Amino acid sequence: MRFSLPIQQSGVREPSFKMMLLQLRAYIALIALVIVFALLSPAFLTTGNLIILTKQVAINAILGIGMTFVILSGGIDLSVGSIVGLCGMIAGWLINEGLILPMFGVSVFFNVWIVILLTLVVGVVVGVVNGMLVTRLRVAPFIATLGTLYIARGAALLISDGATFANLVGHESLGNTGFPVLGAGTLLALPYPIWAMVLFAVVAAFVARKTPFGRQVYAVGGNEKAAELSGVRTNRVKLLTYMISGLCAAMVGLIIASQLVAAHPATGETFELNAIAVVVLGGTSLMGGRGTMGGTIIGAFVIGVLVNGMVLLGVSEFWQIVIKGAVIVLAVVVDQWQQRMQQKALVHAS
Amino acid sequence: MTIPADIEALPEPILRAEQIVKQYPGTTALKGVDFNVYPGKVNVLIGENGAGKSTLMKSLAGVEQPTSGRLVLRGEVIEVTSPREGLEHGIGIIYQELNLFPNLSVSENIFMAREIVSGVGTVRHKEQDDIARRLMARLEQPIAPRTLVEDLRIGQQQLVEIARALSEEVSILIMDEPTSALSSAEADILLRIIGELTMQGVAIVYISHKLDECLQIGDVFTVLRDGDLIAEAPARDVSLAWIVEKMSGRSTETLFHKKARQAGNPILHVENLSLPRAHGGGYLVEEVSFTIRAGEIVGVYGLMGAGRTELLECLFGMQPDARGTIRLGSRAIETLRIDERIHAGLALIPEDRQRLGLVQNLSVSKNITLTILKQFVKGLALSTGKENREVKRLIEALGIKVSDARQPITTLSGGNQQKVVVAKSLLTRPEVLMMDEPTRGIDVAAKSDIFRIMNDLAEKGLGLLFVSSELKEIVAMADRALVMARGRLAATFEGAAITEQNLADASVMASSVIHPNEHAV
Repeated sequence: MRFSLPIQQSGVREPSFKMMLLQLRAYIALIALVIVFALLSPAFLTTGNLIILTKQVAINAILGIGMTFVILSGGIDLSVGSIVGLCGMIAGWLINEGLILPMFGVSVFFNVWIVILLTLVVGVVVGVVNGMLVTRLRVAPFIATLGTLYIARGAALLISDGATFANLVGHESLGNTGFPVLGAGTLLALPYPIWAMVLFAVVAAFVARKTPFGRQVYAVGGNEKAAELSGVRTNRVKLLTYMISGLCAAMVGLIIASQLVAAHPATGETFELNAIAVVVLGGTSLMGGRGTMGGTIIGAFVIGVLVNGMVLLGVSEFWQIVIKGAVIVLAVVVDQWQQRMQQKALVHAS
Repeated sequence: MTIPADIEALPEPILRAEQIVKQYPGTTALKGVDFNVYPGKVNVLIGENGAGKSTLMKSLAGVEQPTSGRLVLRGEVIEVTSPREGLEHGIGIIYQELNLFPNLSVSENIFMAREIVSGVGTVRHKEQDDIARRLMARLEQPIAPRTLVEDLRIGQQQLVEIARALSEEVSILIMDEPTSALSSAEADILLRIIGELTMQGVAIVYISHKLDECLQIGDVFTVLRDGDLIAEAPARDVSLAWIVEKMSGRSTETLFHKKARQAGNPILHVENLSLPRAHGGGYLVEEVSFTIRAGEIVGVYGLMGAGRTELLECLFGMQPDARGTIRLGSRAIETLRIDERIHAGLALIPEDRQRLGLVQNLSVSKNITLTILKQFVKGLALSTGKENREVKRLIEALGIKVSDARQPITTLSGGNQQKVVVAKSLLTRPEVLMMDEPTRGIDVAAKSDIFRIMNDLAEKGLGLLFVSSELKEIVAMADRALVMARGRLAATFEGAAITEQNLADASVMASSVIHPNEHAV
């Protein structure tokens, strides 16, 4: 499986050198960042640091993958941060207190695999709610998911009355041990969260590029009306994108709860903005219809490397925030610039 | 190009467009056109769809910037980079498409971006309303200034658009198809206003498909064809035959390929189809019933706003409020979703290619196969090999001019884009193909190709339902012609009875019957 470049599927003609540099800018920016930080900080290019960095990147990347589907179809999902918090709490609750069945006066404790599965289902269900609001009730995606942002966060707080579920190690006698392995375990020296990112990215790139659903996502984002008249079930496509986004957010909720061995209801606040940022950095248009999964992964790495490098260099935490914002705006400005150049090139060629 | 014999008889042009070239991605709309506008005259600009008339007018008014060429106003070269600058030079335009704000009132529309303001910057509504009321009176319309535009009939909306242009101080007024939505009574009012304006020395640039109307009021005629200037002549040298010859540049027989066909069994039955208007009561489509037989081409003629497009939208499932029964073969399809109707054997080629027909961010190939993606799935993934073979077959069969099927759809010319829309509809193997203005905005060669394709499809047993506002097209192509007016089916003609005269008469007669409830506004 090969990642597509984060460029337009336009070029049949040989692009000029300048255009090529523009199209590959995300890669160039990433490589430049890596070189700069490697020169400035000896700690940057160590295996330990790179693994930490990639583990952090995985969070934004997995959220960004789900968000990419939604944005490609012309929507937006502001609820992912709250889904992260809610799903962490669901997992913590199921492990520490089990599913309480008041009519029988018992609590049922599940095996960790079942806990993970149920948590993912909760994420997908929130996605279904988002999708239904957008497609059936015709609520604007921004408003619909802003609503679920609050509802899911409130639900996360209600589960434990605002308290943290700590020490999520399970109990031998209940048969639900092993949850921390998801965040801390390794395969071939790489932590599981990194493998999760790889798995999600490969599957997502395959779905986006090689399946009818992926093609339909681009079509709906490009011209929803024309897609509908071509027989694309646009409502179903949009619903599915929100379900995928919910699933990705639930996965992130699980990873974070597992890494911390605790679930806190405030986890994931403002994550939705990070997710949107990495998608946009990767060259995906907020208008829908244009962008790639590969771009989103690169975008997540650009942010990750930037933050990690600045920490190593001792840049003030406040300046880090300013720089992050500037980079995002710059990326979009350059993207607009490239779009205009491409348009011009088309006129001249014809 | 012919040189007018008595150019001396005309005054010095107030505006000259010189060597105007306008390129769009994939197509050149104007190929170096010279155009003169004479003051106090009705300057008629004619040409077929896609000849470049609207583009030329937009270049004069500052809506579009020409790729090259210049404008000379009263002997001075001017640059018009926006409609506002056009107005400052005294050039006003009434667009072919309505450019109104349906959610705002008549007077707010008339004064949009030119509001009369008080010293503290608030809008003086009363003053605006007074002027609006006077303009409406001049147009003989009993419309209150505070009426919302969305509550007006389409013809009245067009008159509001005209009122807006009248409220400006213009020396040149461009009218792009101003009467297309008007009843004949309303059109007479407009023609009277045009007379008043030319008496005051205003230059009118007049575009219309209604050739008799052009002959009636035109002083100078300019003909465009495929982005080239073909001829300019004063009214005395112009006849209907002259216009037709200059416009098409070839005899009509080569354009059309009507063949004798044997129609088969009825396949589409439409009974009592109605679509209520969303605002203001009444119907967009009212109690329409007809059938289409296999291998038959049925043309639908009518003026703008007659309900033709809405009829096709009802049939295709795009109007959830539509009522009535639709049977395809033996199956009732009126409750089905769009994708289910496509599956049942219905296909639509929409009028607005850009908005409804194409997905601009996808390639030619991906646009074509969007309708039948599932057929290319092999295991979990799309099989590009099979997809490419199918695309190649259609590109060849329909003669779509592309250098590579992966090139962006936006780089194709209008005619080739239209063929892509046709290709994508054919892939679903429809039994009934509906086409809404299938030749709009495409060049003559592509038109001829589209007609050839239509004939081929009818011979293969498809039922075709096509909407056109060009009488010639209906007469040449249709085995049966339906005339629509005010949402109703006004008349049906068959065989030799399908003549331009019959169609036009039926349409005009039914259009000018005024419904009692329509003047209630």
